[in-house]
Amino acid sequence: MSQSAAIASVAVAGPVAESLDHKRGRILKERLIEFILMMAGLVAVFTTIAITVILVYESIGFFQLVSVWDFLTGTVWTPLFANPSFGVLPLVSATLTVTFIALLVAVPMGTIIAIYLSEFAPHKAREVIKPALELISAVPTIVFGYFALLFVTPLLQATILPGLPGFNMLVPGIVVGVATIPTIASLSEDAMRAVPMSMREGAYAVGSNKLQVALRIVMPAAVSGVVAAYVLAAARAIGETMVVAIAAGQNTSFTFNPMDAAATLTAYIAQVSLGDLDHGSVAYRSIFAAGLILLVMTLVLNVAGHFLRRRFRKAY
Amino acid sequence: MNAVAPTVPDPRVSEIRSLIASGKRNQVVFAAAGVLCTAFAVLVLIAAFLDLLIDGAPRLSWNFLTSFPSRRASEAGILSAWVGSAMVMLVTMFSAVPIGVGAAVYLEEYAKKHFLTDLIEINVTNLAGVPSIVYGLLALGLFVQLFGFGETVLTAGLALALLILPIVIVSSREALRTVPGHIREAAYAMGATRWQMISDHLLPYSRGGILTGIILGMAEAIGQTAPLITIGALTFIAFLPPPPVSGEFPFLNFSWVMSEFTVLPIQMYNWVSRPDKAFQLNAAAAGVVLLAMTLVMNGFAIYLRYQVRKKIKW
Repeated sequence: MSQSAAIASVAVAGPVAESLDHKRGRILKERLIEFILMMAGLVAVFTTIAITVILVYESIGFFQLVSVWDFLTGTVWTPLFANPSFGVLPLVSATLTVTFIALLVAVPMGTIIAIYLSEFAPHKAREVIKPALELISAVPTIVFGYFALLFVTPLLQATILPGLPGFNMLVPGIVVGVATIPTIASLSEDAMRAVPMSMREGAYAVGSNKLQVALRIVMPAAVSGVVAAYVLAAARAIGETMVVAIAAGQNTSFTFNPMDAAATLTAYIAQVSLGDLDHGSVAYRSIFAAGLILLVMTLVLNVAGHFLRRRFRKAY
Repeated sequence: MNAVAPTVPDPRVSEIRSLIASGKRNQVVFAAAGVLCTAFAVLVLIAAFLDLLIDGAPRLSWNFLTSFPSRRASEAGILSAWVGSAMVMLVTMFSAVPIGVGAAVYLEEYAKKHFLTDLIEINVTNLAGVPSIVYGLLALGLFVQLFGFGETVLTAGLALALLILPIVIVSSREALRTVPGHIREAAYAMGATRWQMISDHLLPYSRGGILTGIILGMAEAIGQTAPLITIGALTFIAFLPPPPVSGEFPFLNFSWVMSEFTVLPIQMYNWVSRPDKAFQLNAAAAGVVLLAMTLVMNGFAIYLRYQVRKKIKW
């Protein structure tokens, strides 16, 4: 008995050891794959770090030549002149003006479309409108730039604003606004659809009509999500480059007048990059300083937007 | 008393009736406003497309597609631009797809909720909101200056890959999430390892959704101008990069990735910013090609998503 058991155990030992080896190999392979996939995930983290480090590093080089105070409070931006001046306020004022006009267009229209889609539109209409909005947001911004400079501006000059100069902040603002309508519409609609049906039904039960439900029940309940949509849209409008680079002109002036031509932060970066720049020159570093301001502005808005979105997600 | 009431209308009843009527009226007015706003936005899209088409149609021809840019507007074409776009897209695809899908698989299937996954998720959301031109500054500082890749196809492709990474990751994660848990359990029950389960089951079953995300990302990348301006994409390129495929051994070569380049949006920007009207018409023609490509890609992605949603019934 004992002998045969011993023989059996020996006979089994071979395959078992083999299978254990095989298993070890499998585990090793699995670990390796998990590690590779984790590295893929970490690319996002590395990208953020790289963006921050590069912008800050080049900006530090810039701020050794230009004082931070002069940069943040100066109203003259002439980096390519023989006697350069680096006050960033003209670029900021143009950026804010264009963003403000864009929001004036996109907020009311985007909100109305969102309410319509969420509360009024029949299923079939939604199935058509949502992809259409998606297509609008997919249009390359350079195409919108062409459209602003060579269609909308001449159109306004010929009709209601004869005195409008060829380059101005009004038209890029309007066109950027139209381009951001889909962002506001779809994000706000998400927020409105997250409002529970029972709240609408309660309002209908006491005799409200659709519009009253939309404006007095759904809007207040979804307000944090809707505001988040506005904030994220503002961040997009601030970062928009090509429309303003083409249609808002290249001179930098400290003005909030939409009829004036003025370069935004993004337009300035694009404009300077087009020329041949010595790496390490002040003008080269100035685009990173402008980029840093841009990043800080959009980052603040994006963080605020995500915070608000998280709040409405938690609520329902 | 009750019998008399109908003949003498109670003022309160007519008040309520008019209230209801005005409510209904407001409702119709608002719905009309909703339709009008949507129509306006769609009309702008159509106007932009028609404007390009009307301006650019006379210039659109086979010659336009097969000529290099020229100092004479009537002889200029977009050959180097669309070939450049295609090559940049190749680099973008081969870097963004493995990294994006890999990251999505890691976040959905491997990562437990801990510090690292939170960090990755926050970064993905954050990167989606970073302005595109900032990616151009990143590529300028990192790929051009630090890594010494120069102002090449490789730099441009990698910059756009980082730009579309959030799109690919988010949509791949959504696609993976639609595969129900019992598929995973069935695979494990048959003794599959995690990776076998993922490569044999999850990825094939969610490939429609993943493909949708990839196409949307590529459509976004092909229209990008700003990040390529900062890394110094040239606007006058009268040569083609060496072809990636050749008839002789070793059949593939990669010298094209280190070539200088231009792309369609950059070529269009160059033409649109010239005061000469003839060049602006070239810009319109290039814009038609660009817009048609992005709309077709997006339309295909929307159709694909629709099909995927219709088909899947677990």
